[in-house]
Amino acid sequence: MNENLFASFIAPTILGLPAAVLIILLPPLLIPTSKYLINNRLITTQQWLIKLTSKQMMTMHNTKGRTWSLMLVSLIIFIATTNLLGLLPYSFTPTTQLSMNLAMAIPLWAGAVIMGFRSKIKNALAHFLPQGTPTPLIPMLVIIETISLLIQPMALAVRLTANITAGHLLMHLIGSATLAMSTINLPSTLIIFTILILLTILEIAVALIQAYVFTLLVSLYLHDNT
Amino acid sequence: MASVVGIFSHSSVSVPVKDKKLLEVKLGELPSWILMRDFSPSGIFGAFQRGYYRYYNKYINVKKGSISGITMVLACYVLFSYSFSYKHLKHERLRKYH
Repeated sequence: MNENLFASFIAPTILGLPAAVLIILLPPLLIPTSKYLINNRLITTQQWLIKLTSKQMMTMHNTKGRTWSLMLVSLIIFIATTNLLGLLPYSFTPTTQLSMNLAMAIPLWAGAVIMGFRSKIKNALAHFLPQGTPTPLIPMLVIIETISLLIQPMALAVRLTANITAGHLLMHLIGSATLAMSTINLPSTLIIFTILILLTILEIAVALIQAYVFTLLVSLYLHDNT
Repeated sequence: MASVVGIFSHSSVSVPVKDKKLLEVKLGELPSWILMRDFSPSGIFGAFQRGYYRYYNKYINVKKGSISGITMVLACYVLFSYSFSYKHLKHERLRKYH
């Protein structure tokens, strides 16, 4: 059982070639584009949802920050669809791989910070020292603020990985516990099955929320730096 | 492109073998049909594109597309992932001791 528990997180390969690339390319196929103004029902619902999220997210930015709107909206849609597809049985979720989340987090964070340092250097440096600190504490506080800035991309990546991986693992474990208890004791099976249903609802929520949090934090870093 | 088939069909229909769809090729012509298909990269890509648009226009691009259009794709995805992880799952068959 120990080997099987983590076997679903292995990146799938076809004869040594990474098939994970194909699985990452699946979500765009589920979001069709259209050249007409008035579309069929499915495309209209998708466009309405995307419009809702993009309006909600981009109101807090100024003009320079809104140039990032394409990037942020596609980010939240990608993470949300990838997490939700990972809830299907036997499927592989690319966001459980730390490598992919680091590849998403580091360039976005670095882009926001470097943009801030290039344009408004005084404002960017001012983040390192909160207002009203007593004078003896200043050196230590600058060091702490620097560390907290440098740890932001790692936190972004590890947060997403850990949440999704932990949720999947928990569902595996409780599912196999349900199966094992079904032959021994029926009422406890029902209790564990209820827990499984609640967990599934939680997982759906977590999938969406993690996407939201990731994107929100990136947009926050953007807001600080524009 | 479809050949007209009467009750007594024989091989003297006026459509060349290369352009027939698969369901209209007779069984004896199957090897020559396979050899004549275009297996270059652009040919394979064209085949995927035709298949995608055939599915898209039938189930999704209609005025009131229902949820079954997407559900069929997801079901195929689940089966595809199952076949991928069959090698790992072989060990989990019902036995007394794992």
